[in-house]
This record gives sequence, structure tokens and C-alpha cells, in this order.
Amino acid sequence: MTKLTELTIAQAREALKKKEFSAVELTKAYIDEMDDKRKYNAYVLETPDVALAQAQKSDEKYANGTDGALEGIPLGIKDLYCTKDIRTTACSHILDGFEPQYESTVTAKLLNAGASFLGKLNMDEFAMGGSNETSYYGPVVNPWSKDVPLVAGGSSGGSAAAVAANMCAAATGTDTGGSIRQPSAFCGITGIKPTYGRCSRYGIIAFASSLDQAGPMCKDVRDCAIMLNVMSGYDAKDSTSAKVEVPNFEAFLNQDIKDLKIGIPAEYRPEGLNAEISALWDKGIEMLKARGAEIVNISLPHTKYALPTYYIIAPAEASSNLARYDGLRYGLRVNGEHLDNMYINSRTEGFGKEVKRRIMIGTYVLSAGYYDAYYLKAQKVRRLIRQDFLNAFEKCDIILTPTSPVTAFPIGDKSMQENPINMWLNDVFTVSVNLAGLPAMSLPIGLSHDGLPMGLQLIGKAFDEGTIFKTASALEQDAAFRKGMK
Amino acid sequence: MAIDRETVRRIAFLSRLKIEDDKIEDTEDEFNKILNWVEQLSEVNTDGVEPLVSVNDTNLTLRQDEVTEGNQAEAVLKNAPQAQYGYFTVPKVVE
Amino acid sequence: MTGLIIEGKTASWEVICGLEIHCQIISKSKMFSGASTHYGSDANENVSFVDAGMPGMLPTLNEHCVYQAVKTGLGLNAKINKYSAFARKNYFYADLPQGYQISQFQYPIVGEGHVTVDLSDGSTKDIGIERLHIEQDAGKSIHDMAPDKSFIDLNRAGVGLMEIVTKPDFRSPEEAGAFLRKLRSIVRYLGTCDGNMDEGSMRCDVNVSVRKVGEEGYRTRCEMKNVNSVKFVMQAIENEAKRHVEVYENGGNIEQETRQFDPSTGLTKVMRKKEFAHDYRYFPEPDLLPLVLDDDYIAKVKADMVELPDAKRARFVKELGLTAYDASVICENKETADFFEKAAQGHDAKKVANWLMGDFFAMLNEKKVELKDSPVSAENLGKLVELITSNVINGKTAKDVFAIMAETGGDPEKIVEEKGLKQVTDMGAIEAIVDEVIASAPDNVAAYKAGKNNLLGWFVGQVMKKSQGKANPAIVNKMIAEKLN
Repeated sequence: MTKLTELTIAQAREALKKKEFSAVELTKAYIDEMDDKRKYNAYVLETPDVALAQAQKSDEKYANGTDGALEGIPLGIKDLYCTKDIRTTACSHILDGFEPQYESTVTAKLLNAGASFLGKLNMDEFAMGGSNETSYYGPVVNPWSKDVPLVAGGSSGGSAAAVAANMCAAATGTDTGGSIRQPSAFCGITGIKPTYGRCSRYGIIAFASSLDQAGPMCKDVRDCAIMLNVMSGYDAKDSTSAKVEVPNFEAFLNQDIKDLKIGIPAEYRPEGLNAEISALWDKGIEMLKARGAEIVNISLPHTKYALPTYYIIAPAEASSNLARYDGLRYGLRVNGEHLDNMYINSRTEGFGKEVKRRIMIGTYVLSAGYYDAYYLKAQKVRRLIRQDFLNAFEKCDIILTPTSPVTAFPIGDKSMQENPINMWLNDVFTVSVNLAGLPAMSLPIGLSHDGLPMGLQLIGKAFDEGTIFKTASALEQDAAFRKGMK
Repeated sequence: MAIDRETVRRIAFLSRLKIEDDKIEDTEDEFNKILNWVEQLSEVNTDGVEPLVSVNDTNLTLRQDEVTEGNQAEAVLKNAPQAQYGYFTVPKVVE
Repeated sequence: MTGLIIEGKTASWEVICGLEIHCQIISKSKMFSGASTHYGSDANENVSFVDAGMPGMLPTLNEHCVYQAVKTGLGLNAKINKYSAFARKNYFYADLPQGYQISQFQYPIVGEGHVTVDLSDGSTKDIGIERLHIEQDAGKSIHDMAPDKSFIDLNRAGVGLMEIVTKPDFRSPEEAGAFLRKLRSIVRYLGTCDGNMDEGSMRCDVNVSVRKVGEEGYRTRCEMKNVNSVKFVMQAIENEAKRHVEVYENGGNIEQETRQFDPSTGLTKVMRKKEFAHDYRYFPEPDLLPLVLDDDYIAKVKADMVELPDAKRARFVKELGLTAYDASVICENKETADFFEKAAQGHDAKKVANWLMGDFFAMLNEKKVELKDSPVSAENLGKLVELITSNVINGKTAKDVFAIMAETGGDPEKIVEEKGLKQVTDMGAIEAIVDEVIASAPDNVAAYKAGKNNLLGWFVGQVMKKSQGKANPAIVNKMIAEKLN
């Protein structure tokens, strides 16, 4: 029999309904898994007691037939989501011991649907990073590592590793420039960043408000659909959340993709692109073609400017969003003689290197005399990038690209530690999507020669996650990645 | 637009961050490297392009004027590093 | 011409001044959260997690704050911008929990307008309004509770503010004072701000510079923050302008700086030089979408507008025959104007105005009560005036009746009835008394007839006395004169 922790949400829910095992048993299985795999450093806070108490309630609900969509499903929660009375730190020293007195809208929806929370997952500090190495709690180790410990990707590295290593049934992630999709690709799991505005940002610690989106990270496409249905919806507490109907995403799975127009952007195959990744992309194209989809060559001409645009806009917003961490009302305080000294001491000790770097860049690009040259310019280029996609979607229904130009790399990689830009370049295929506010999914398609997962990305039109699910379910079946793992 | 040491100091202060004197030079170098890199945006012709502030196509939804929160000083102060008599306290503010 | 010219050794200088006024918006809940705006609660009781700048909290805009701002904009004869947007103003301060203030920068909700002020020489002047934008208030830091600590209360953090910026149109302290009083009157009429400068619900920043008479353009200005009374604003302008003149006359230069006005000396001192000026790093607030209003909405607010002081004053002069002076005194305050209008309803409006501004205000002053708590109601004041105009009582009796009303809050008709104070207008009854008085004083009659005309007053006095003051003095006068001549 399959281990309980290997079951997808859909499978576990089915079995729970049939009383093949209880929610408490399922939760215990995950807690054991967490005990065994602490070496991955996926969780920064384990809450087994909370999870078990919730599981007990779930069993009652199954008994009296009032079970919700995620009843008894044990989840891991990225430490960026505020969870009431459960320590939430964004993996930053500056939020030491912070226990929110409120629940984020998305986690509240998950709880209402019957999910239980196993704990808080590791991440890059304030979601700033692409390798989970900026976490105050240390890097996450990719469960696919062999001799050398590899990164799990970032910023949702803990979420990706926990799902890959069966330390939770599914996890929440957030994605500002690729933080769901890149770690999903690195760890061989499926993750979707929905359209900006699809999920409420209320109670999710802000990094860059105009780019941040919540999304699920799961074992497969169907689980993503199930999770996203629960997580989505308009929220009056988030003025940027969209009043758009949420369709039943599961209904799109296994739909025919014949005649669907798949856009292939030339700019995503730059000279020198990793040959294996290039080949993986071709494989994906062939799979879709074989199912009768039409392949359309498209152009996203401003692609090369997406990274510098992103690295102006995201730090600018972050420099302001992170001003509230001043040692006054919560978190770390390092006293000083006067108020300003207290601010400076607390922030200097509380923030890590990458966060400080981005705060300073953001402060600079917004400061008097530079605003027009950097921030305003970036906002204009952002419009051009978005327009590229609007133009492309005149010709195609969905876009297929690689998720990342690389596979998981060793923790502490020298070139990336020495030059932050080298690290940032890993986001090259993911950031445009955030700048344009579009939905995109990464799903695992194959393994590299050294046995590391590689993912492809499907980019949809705004609020058309349905077409992503439809296409992804086809690719998933043809790639049979999970079957190959066994 | 290369930046100098003084600018690094000013930006650090605006950010309420301290950079040790022996790190100023490294920071300056790194800053200039990053700024050089983002400056490739100047190649893009943005004449007549409206800046994109938000990807939302909709306008702001407003809230009714009703008191829905409050009387929770305890919860507000729960995580305070220092509090007294129901106030947050900080080192003396000097102008 | 009410401009202030300062004579220097080398030149005559004119004063240039502009004001920025922060008005706290009257609303039940805060601008971006559902916490109460109530003033005077225990520390940190009216604080939501949004107001406290907790991680992950997001602002949601209160529709009533928008309504109030649009209403005020209309009251300032200003252009309402159908498209406006919020921006963050970034700076660190203990009572600014988010580390930024949500404000409006490039796209304010209200654009240019004007306010007409009345000046002491009887002239009027239009003061230009540059803009009105909405933003959130900060909390309060209390520095005097302990020697080494400051205490932070966030109850005020997030309360809605309207910042009204005038053009540099003031040429004297008097003009600025007249404008502030007018503005206060307008926002109070509209119910958009209570206008209490001493409680800080209306706060004024003053920008002052000077230039030689006839000079083009503007010289460097200095800003004085949070001057909290009309009198102090006027003082600050005058003293700051004199300081500028003195510096220039001595060959010096004025530096752009923020200064603090000291109410105890009336002088200003440096607070912050320009090189330490904040770099606010304004940028569009990504947590809020643009605010878009349509014509229907603006029309709806327009329909809710009340009559403003200028219009009301003009109407009182034209329709009720008040003097311009009386009308402007009565109209400065909406409650007074409403009280007056109610009192004057169906009665002699001019007489009502006289009573209101005379005995009535004196009574409120003496009793130290607010208009709304007045023991004499508007209806009763009107009835009292009616009793006089219809000759039921005379002016002297009316004062006695008013004194009783002020004590008991009673209805003047009943008081007159119960105390038997009705004026005697029965000619027969008066004639009987007159005859009696004439008959009883033949010597005086003779003296009067011999030419001692001032004895007429004595006869009238006697008649009044015998009638216990109830006889109509005009009738008595006329009758005695007729009988004696």
C-alpha cells in the first residue's frame, strides 16, 4: 500500500470519506515524516498539537457528514502568512517571536475548508531571494540532493521541499517574481501563481504589493486546482483583490486541448540556454502538438528588460513596505539612546544582507532626483512588458516556456554569493508574469542528466487559470513525472 | 549615474540602516554594479508610454463608514517590546 | 487695500503668505480602517491592526471620507477631480506606524478653487485654493510622562484629514485671519470638520516670505508648522515677515527652513534647515487602486449641499432686511444662523436680530452656556419679539420677561399672562388715569401751561406708575399732550 503521506489531496480526501483511515492518522503520518526529515530544514515552526486538534475536529465532521473541501488535509504554511497566535516571522530576525492576533484571509479560508496546519515553512527572508539562503533560519535542503546539499529554490523553498518530501499534503506559497514556480521546478512539484487579485493579500506579509500573489504548491495539477479553489475569491479587506467569479478549476482537468493555440516566445530561448532545459521545452511542445494543439511562434520583445524593471519596482515597494519594522510595536528591538538610534540598531541587526540591499536600492530609486530615471522609467517599461503579453494573446491561448534557466544548484554557490545579479538572473523566465499580473504554473516534466527535476511554465491570460489547468493536466499525463519518481 | 560614498550614507540613513565605515566602499561598488545593470532600461523608448501603476483594470471599491474594529488595546500591544499604561514606549524622542 | 507694508530703511516690503490647513474629517470610522475616530478614549483603544501597521495589514478606503472631501471641495468653489490616486509619503516617526503616510500627491481629489473673504475696510478678496487632498492622520507621541521615554498612543492614527493648500495670495495677517475664520465657518456649515483649532482638529502651517513693493516673483519662504489659533497665525505672519525684512535690510539672506512658532513670545525659531529636509520618496500607493468618481456621484453630493455663509448672508440682507454687518455676525456660525432663522420665522426679523445680538448673546455669555443649551428657545425669542411688535408689552416689560425666560425657560406669552404684564391699550382706562393725574396736580398743570414743557415727562411718569408700567407709553404721551394743550 502507498504510504499515507504520498497520497495527493484528492486521493486522501477520497479515502477519508470512505473512512479508510482517519484525519488524525493521516496527520500523525505527516508528523512522523516531519520528524524524520528535519535535516531538510523545511519547517521553521512545527505545530503538531494544533494540527492534531484540527484533525480531531475533521474526523467529527466526516462522521456527521459536514466535511469541507479540505477536511482533514494537513498543510504546511509559508511563514509569510499571518496565522493567529502562531509565530509568524517571514523568516526574519526582525519579527522575532511575533504572534499575529489575526489570521490571513487565505489561511482562514483553508481552515474553514477543514485543513489542518502542520507548521510554518522556511522561506527567503521577506520572500527576497531565489534559493532560500537568505532565511534567518538557514537554507532549506532540496530533497533531491545527493552528495552535495542543493538549494530548494526560493523564496518558497520550505514549501517546495516539504511537498516534495511528503512532509505535508500541500503547501501555501507566495510569488512576487517566481517564488512559487522556481522552487516548484527545483523540487519537482506543481505550483501555480494565480492572476494578481485572484487571492486576497490580507494578512500576508507584504514584499512588493503590486506583484505579490498567494498560490498553492502541490503534488500534482489536480491538487493545485482543489487548493486554488479554496484560496481564491474577492476580499473586501484587500482593495486590490478582484471581484471576478471563481470557476471550478477541477472541471478543466482532462479537457480536450485540440486546436488550442500554444504560444512559444522566441525570447525565452536566448543563446547559451542550458541544452537540457531547451530540450525539455521541445519535449513539452511535442507532447502538446501530439494532442492536436497548434504551436504558434510569438514574440515578447521586452523580455530582456523584465529583470531590471523588476529589480527597480520590487525593491522600491519593499523599501516602503518594510519601513514598519522599526522595533516599536512588535518584533526585535535593539535599544538606542534616542528613537532614531533604536530604529537604526533594530533594523541593522534585524534585517539580513539581501533585505538591506533591496531596501537601500528601493530607497535610492525613489529618492528625490532619481525617481523619474529609475522608478518612473521602470513603470513605463512595465506597461510595455504587459502590452507584449496582450499582443501575444491575440495570437495564442496560452504560452509555454521553461520555468528556470537552471536546475537546483549547490547551497552557497560562490558566483551567486559574490554577485547578487547572478542570483537574480535565475528569475529571467518568471518575473515578466508578475509584472504583467498574469497567472502561471510550473509543473515537473523531466529530470536532468544528474537526476534533478526540470519544470515547464504555462502562462495564461488574466483570470484564465482554467486554460492553464486544462493544458497542464495534458502535459502532466504525458510527462508522467510522478510515476517516474517511483 | 554613479553614486558616491556620501549618497550611500544618505540612503542608509533614509533607510534607517547602519553601514560600518569599512563596508561603505563595498556597498558603493555593489550599488554601482546594480545601478549599471538596471540602467539598460534607458535603451527602451518609452516616449508617450503611461507608467503602469497597477495591473488591476478596476477602480477602488469603498468601505461603508462603520465602526467595525477597536477596543482591543491588549491585542494591539501584545507583541510590543515595551509598553506601559496601555501605551507603546520608546526612547525619548528628540527633535 | 488691506495689505501690510513694512517700511524698511532701503525699501518698502510687502508680505507674501500662503497657508496649508489640515482639517480632521468628521466620520464615524477612520479613513483606512474600521476603528472609531472617537476623541478622548483610553490609549490605543480605537486602534485596528491596520492602524497599528501590523504585518500584512491593508488599507480600505472609507466612502464617507471621500464624500466629505468632495463636499468641502464644492464649498471651496473648487474643481472636483474625477480621477485621483493615493501615494505614500515615506518617513520614520514614532507615531507613524507604517513608516509612511497614505496621502495624495500627483492626483488630489480636489483641484483649484477660491474663497471670498470680507475685510475690515468693507472690501472683499478672493483667496485662491491650490488643491485639497485627503490623507491619514498620525498617532500621538507624549513626551512628558517620563524623563527617558516617550509614550505612543495610536488612537488618532488613521483618522481622515483634508489638507487644503491655498495659493500665496495673502498680503497681510488680517487677510489670513479672515480666511481661516471663513474656512472654519464653511467646514462647520458643511459638517465636514469641527474646526476646533485648540483641539487640533484644524491645524495650520504658515508659509511666509516678503518682497519689495513692485518686485516680480517670490523670495525664499519659511514654513511654520502647526500654529494652532487664528490669533497666533496672524502673529506668526507679522513677526516672521518683520524678521525677513530685517535680515534683508541688513544685507543677509533668508534660508528655506521650517520654523516653530512660540505662542508665549509670538516669535519663531528654527526647527529644521533645508539640508536636513525629509526626502519623502512619494510613490503611488500599491495597496489602493485609483479613486474614480462619476458625474452622478458629484451631482448627488451637490444636492446634499447646505446653504453656505455667503449665500445665507446675502439672503438675510435681501429678504429679511438685515444690515450687512448683522447678517455676517449671525451667519459666521451655522447654529446661530439656524437659530436666528427659526426665531425670525413670521416675526420682525430685524428686531429678532437686535435681540439675538444684544440681550440674548449677553445672557449666554453671562450664563456661560452654548447656544444649543440656551434656556431661551428660538420659538420663544420669536414670540417675545412678537409681543413687542404687536404692542402687547412694551420694551421695558420685555426685558423683565426675557430675564424670567432665561431663568425658567418659559414661554413669554404665558409669563405675560400669568404675571399680568399686558400693556394697557384700552383708551378709556388710560384716559381715566390721565385725568386723575391731571386733576391731582393743578400746580404742575399751570406750570406746564406757562411754558415749562419738560413737565410732560413728569405727567407721563405718574401715569405709568399708576398703571404699574402696563400703559402704552406712546399712547400716554400723546393723550397728555393733547389734554394739556
